[in-house]
Amino acid sequence: MGMTMTQKILAKHAGLPEVHAGQLIQARLDLVLGNDITSPVAINEFNAAGFDEVFDKSKIVMVMDHFTPNKDIKSATQCKQCRTFAKRFGLEHFYDVGTMGIEHALLPEQGLVAPGEAIIGADSHTCTYGAVNAFSTGVGSTDMGAAMSAGYTWFKVPAAIRVNITGKKRPYVSGKDVILYLIGKIGVDGALYKSLEFSGEGLKELTISDRLTIANMAIEAGAKNGIFPVDDITREFLKGRVSREWTAYDPDPDAEYESEIAINLDDVDCTVSYPHLPENAKPAREGKNIAIDQIVIGSCTNGRIDDLKAAAEIMKGRHLADGVRGIIIPATQTVYREAIKLGYVDVFLDAGCVVSTPTCGPCLGGHMGVLAAGEKCVSTTNRNFVGRMGHVDSEVYLASPAVAAASGIAGHIAHPEEVM
Amino acid sequence: MIAHKYGDHVDTDVIIPARYLASQDEKELASHCMEDIDKDFHKKVTNGDIIVAGLNFGCGSSREHAPVAIKASGISCVIAKSFARIFYRNAINIGLAILECPEAAEDISDGDKVSVNFDTGIITNETKNKTYHAEPFPEFIKQMIDDGGLMASLRKKKNG
Ligand code: SF4
Repeated sequence: MGMTMTQKILAKHAGLPEVHAGQLIQARLDLVLGNDITSPVAINEFNAAGFDEVFDKSKIVMVMDHFTPNKDIKSATQCKQCRTFAKRFGLEHFYDVGTMGIEHALLPEQGLVAPGEAIIGADSHTCTYGAVNAFSTGVGSTDMGAAMSAGYTWFKVPAAIRVNITGKKRPYVSGKDVILYLIGKIGVDGALYKSLEFSGEGLKELTISDRLTIANMAIEAGAKNGIFPVDDITREFLKGRVSREWTAYDPDPDAEYESEIAINLDDVDCTVSYPHLPENAKPAREGKNIAIDQIVIGSCTNGRIDDLKAAAEIMKGRHLADGVRGIIIPATQTVYREAIKLGYVDVFLDAGCVVSTPTCGPCLGGHMGVLAAGEKCVSTTNRNFVGRMGHVDSEVYLASPAVAAASGIAGHIAHPEEVM
Repeated sequence: MIAHKYGDHVDTDVIIPARYLASQDEKELASHCMEDIDKDFHKKVTNGDIIVAGLNFGCGSSREHAPVAIKASGISCVIAKSFARIFYRNAINIGLAILECPEAAEDISDGDKVSVNFDTGIITNETKNKTYHAEPFPEFIKQMIDDGGLMASLRKKKNG
């Protein structure tokens, strides 16, 4: 029987000619990732088990991104523990303040992920790398601790849903709108434990940034991973970033998909997910009655240069509405520098926004923009659960950078056309 | 081995209530296992018994205490129609055997005598004189469960 993209990558890493959904396999890993919150727990497990070697110091990545530059003593202590561990084992990819960016934006940018690779990370949005045809998924800290020593882990091979994309993107529509629209259609458990495999002639409409955003939020539909095939757009992105050899995986013609979802891009308009679940997707045009206090543009979902560009194009020559705070967070140092060079930072400053150093910050209610009771925020992040960005009585509305920028200018949820 | 049967969506809060999470002591956790759904569970269970449940067993928080409490109670295997993903991963990682078998989960009644052959995946209901087939564990998972879980198993391998 034919295999999906995910199944083919897993079979390859398990050294098996074939795998099927539900099968338990042991797979070799190309990369093991942790951040400043999850790595300390993994390190404790690693030490408690008495391990004194890592499987490959070039294949473990630690990124200090959640509460950095350290927001308090506890976060400083956690980073210190990671730093010490990285030094002890000579980890080649330890990203500290000054080089770090938000992990899921940083790794693709730095060429640390490539097609056909198998990657685990102690962070639920590790699924982002499916955008470049890697199998990647989030695991617990124990799994990370074990994998740092072993270099392999076990998986239950997932079944898959095929998402067939056709049509053309409408003005101002981006990957964020596509994924919010999809989650609105299938619900937060619509792809539970399964792979979301994207296909169709509409893929040529989706930039790498679009795809990274879509794969990033596969977990928000409950999926184990989301994955795209390799095409010219992928190759163009990988050029100059990934020098090692890689293999692209397409699904077999007779691959088994549990179901198929059709998305016609012509039907997708700018979309906003209302509190408190990503599945509460509504058209941005219908949000005029929702006045807002803050916008956040950043995160592993939408903190890349294309995202800042989309926001800057809308903010150029305009100013935030009275009483709205605008927080812009480039996801990596490279994005930050480019945003300065391209003049986006000036646009944001002129519009009355603040521009922060890379950090997860407000995305998880950590720092740099936590909300008070009753406040509403339009955010380009990926989760709008109760209390995610601060007080349990605050509200997060998920949207694209273009919609967040337009909403900041309008003072309420707005479609970009309203302000342009 | 006696089967203890529960319904769908048994969540980790029921398996081990949050008020006991401060404890890392397995015996202590075991003494409160399933307490909110079946107060006398820890008294009824004898070593080697199994739990049989419906859909989505172990849903809720990602606490590893849940499979630990079940294992420490003496339960040798959980059979369910399906498991919550994180529970599934945690259970195998701490060395608790779990089998997905909708047929067995449906048919086995509370108090039935049941045995499980992990090599073949065959579940035998001695009370009802029936057998059911689950997909057997591959060798490396069996070994991991025998060794006492993921970390114990890796440690054993490293120490040769
Ligand atoms: S930006 Fe938000 S979702 Fe992304 S890794 Fe950081 S905390 Fe997690």
